[in-house]
Amino acid sequence: MNKPMTSIVAAPSRRDVLAVGATLAGSSLLVGCSLPEVLSAGSKVEVGAFGPFLKFATDGTVTVVSKHIEFGQGNHAGLAAIAAEELDADWTKVKVEQAPANAKLYGNTIMGGTQGTGGSSAIANSWTQLRTAGAAARAMFVSAAATKWGVPAGEITVTNGVIAHASGKQAGFGELVADAAKVAPPEAPKLKDPKTFTLIGTDRVRRKDSAAKSNGTARYTQDVRLPDMLVAMVAHPPKFGGKVKSFDATEAKKVAGVTAVYELPTGVAVVANSTWAAKQGRDALKVEWDDSKAEQRSSAQILATFKDLASGKTPAPDDKKSGWKAFDSKGDAAKASAGTAVVEVAYDFPYLAHATMEPMNCVAIVGNGPTKLIFGSQHPTLDQINTEGIVMSLPGAIQIETVFAGGSFGRRANFQSDYVTECVRIAKKVGKGRPVKLVWAREDDMRAGYYRPLTHHAVRVTTDAEGYPATWRHRIVTQSIMKGAPPGSPGGGGVDATAVEGAQGSPYLKVTPVVDAQVITPDAGVPVLWWRSVGATHTAYVMEHTIDQLAKAAGKDPVDYRRTLYAKAGAGRHLAVLNLAAEKAGWATPAPDGWTRGVAVHESFGSVVAQVAEVKIVDGAPKVGRVVTAIDCGTAISPDQIAAQMEGGTCYGLSGAMFGEVTMTGGVVDQQNFDTYRVLRNSEAPTVETYIVPSTNPPSGVGEPGTPVIGPAVANALLAITGKPTLSQPFVKA
Amino acid sequence: MATTVDVNGRTLNVNSPPDTPLLWVLRDELGLTGTKYGCGVAQCGACTVLADGQPIRSCQMPISALGTAKITTIESLGGEHPLQQAWVKLDVPQCGYCQSGQIMSACALLATNPKPDDAAITAAMDGNICRCGAYQRIRAAIKDAASTPAPAAPAATTAA
Repeated sequence: MNKPMTSIVAAPSRRDVLAVGATLAGSSLLVGCSLPEVLSAGSKVEVGAFGPFLKFATDGTVTVVSKHIEFGQGNHAGLAAIAAEELDADWTKVKVEQAPANAKLYGNTIMGGTQGTGGSSAIANSWTQLRTAGAAARAMFVSAAATKWGVPAGEITVTNGVIAHASGKQAGFGELVADAAKVAPPEAPKLKDPKTFTLIGTDRVRRKDSAAKSNGTARYTQDVRLPDMLVAMVAHPPKFGGKVKSFDATEAKKVAGVTAVYELPTGVAVVANSTWAAKQGRDALKVEWDDSKAEQRSSAQILATFKDLASGKTPAPDDKKSGWKAFDSKGDAAKASAGTAVVEVAYDFPYLAHATMEPMNCVAIVGNGPTKLIFGSQHPTLDQINTEGIVMSLPGAIQIETVFAGGSFGRRANFQSDYVTECVRIAKKVGKGRPVKLVWAREDDMRAGYYRPLTHHAVRVTTDAEGYPATWRHRIVTQSIMKGAPPGSPGGGGVDATAVEGAQGSPYLKVTPVVDAQVITPDAGVPVLWWRSVGATHTAYVMEHTIDQLAKAAGKDPVDYRRTLYAKAGAGRHLAVLNLAAEKAGWATPAPDGWTRGVAVHESFGSVVAQVAEVKIVDGAPKVGRVVTAIDCGTAISPDQIAAQMEGGTCYGLSGAMFGEVTMTGGVVDQQNFDTYRVLRNSEAPTVETYIVPSTNPPSGVGEPGTPVIGPAVANALLAITGKPTLSQPFVKA
Repeated sequence: MATTVDVNGRTLNVNSPPDTPLLWVLRDELGLTGTKYGCGVAQCGACTVLADGQPIRSCQMPISALGTAKITTIESLGGEHPLQQAWVKLDVPQCGYCQSGQIMSACALLATNPKPDDAAITAAMDGNICRCGAYQRIRAAIKDAASTPAPAAPAATTAA
């Protein structure tokens, strides 16, 4: 999802309803400093002597409290390592615990202090916070030891969890915890010189959850079992924006185990005492839908309207709010439409479902006390705010126990908390504090929207005498993700950064003398959302594939062509990852027999990634073998998990580029399950090698930046093989 | 209307209706939640368990059709199985949701082919989707496990 995402912009109004504002990436955050306190009003979360992020047990165990959900991205390992480094703790005795919902204690420092995970920000926004927490606790233990042993604090060392003095006295954290807890925390604890790090950046920083995730004991929402718990499934309207007109629950109620049927704003819920009974009951419902306000168009029709806007066949609204908006433009725009275009192409990108392995689900308890939610909450603050109006509670009083989530890729954080509020409404109808687990079938999940937006780009480039861009005309037509934010959000009327990021800020546009770049975000009734790497899912492809077409037209090597542009743009990080990837891939030497290399480079979420992919065509479809990846993500906390994210991000991006496509016919989503929404499988997965550029900068993202580069790298290899650009995704049509 | 099932070495009477897929009997009635729901139509492999050593998709297997098949789930591997050790050693899981199914498919593979090559691994594992894309580590971990001494048959431990 997008980086700096959410801020709270309105003061509490009637019945404590809060407006959630969304800020665009890089724009200023309009945050009242007291709002995290307002948001945490009613919270009963308590903080121990060592602050909200650290707990010490007498057995020597150190617990690092993670304010971020772990849904695969490995952040729990990295977060724990940051605190453990400053503590000089014994890594084998460090555990990770998931924080409860409390924006004041656990706000994301680059999401306006709201509690949420996204924008590849977990490590970046926690870096100073957890270093400080670790250093403060370390100082408290040292002080306690000095007092107890009667020696100067300056003579005490802490190494691998052992606090020691040259006199021979030594103790572990567990032995001194009671004394250390009485020491006042230092106001400005001294942080380590990164040159002295002993844990960060080593292969000792490994996941803490691999055993639980290999023996079946890791607990996901799907696995929550509580006394008297009911299971709910919901019949949803087949078209976006559809409503229930009427329904007949006679047959549903005959299913053994079904206890109730409720009408909801989002459909008809069947509640039962088992998952199978709930599904049988749901499938037996007869519902008539009111489609009068639903999106009735097919995806092909929506795309056609996008193309007509880009080509000018359909005039755009002539107003600042819904018309064309410029970004990165400079020079005489007329020149960008004149002269002889060297490359003039248009690209189409389909709607994409996140298709997490664990379909959306939630457990809610309403009545007989505070409302409690147990699920994989990606954005607890949004989920609290969206829930509080339903259960009439202070937002901070809504308790959220965040458990592992079986993937998200952005899906579990959205402005409406769609599946969460559906569960809360059912649990409120059940009432009496009886737990309800909402289970979405794969088909519910696949057809629920919140897709990567359908997007069209039109690009026209003229070149100078050396073959480098002289003018660049760029039109982007896509649905706005940020338009889904509630009213009152800042940035209204401006450019939705999630629609243009990656084209906006591109080093290629920076060095092009004339740029006429514009975006328009027409409405459609299909809910859209950030999908791992957000705008870069299409902008990286367009920029990188266009560059290879330009290099080809200029008769230049695509790596050399980029090197020249990066040098001119002062894009040193781009140049470094490109050179590293090219070197490790052996770009200067021929590819293995039968394989052809393609290259691409893209910056997202503060990190820059270059990939060289080896590709061949098998039975008419691209086959990707070795993929060499170079990344600059600032200080590398866990090299192994950075590699894991490059491997996984590459597969996710390749899956989308090769096979991903959600289509609609007459407003009804055509794909229901993995038999019709094809995803990458093991035999199609490349082998990714990861190389990290050494850096002393603060850490930046790794969860998303590995995703958007593989698509254009493969397309560029195909360009080298066939001589033709690949102008629409997916590469392999169903 | 009890149905008898043999799960992880125990013979159990279960009360779920006979048409209930084994997946939901394992999860909802027996509390064996290591086996996951992913698609319900035998497309993703998250629900993979062994029936007499063969990998099956428990989401599509009504308990009435099990007969005398002996069912083995992730819970019976005990945590120290060579595959599980390799999974931990290489930090294979990311979100982890698919991994019970992946390991059970790999378990069936190694039982019939103790030293699988790449082609044999991808052929055996292509029915198990991993949306996090841990595929190359899955391949590496299977090879790692295959290089360690042959595992004993899954212990018939009780997990229900």
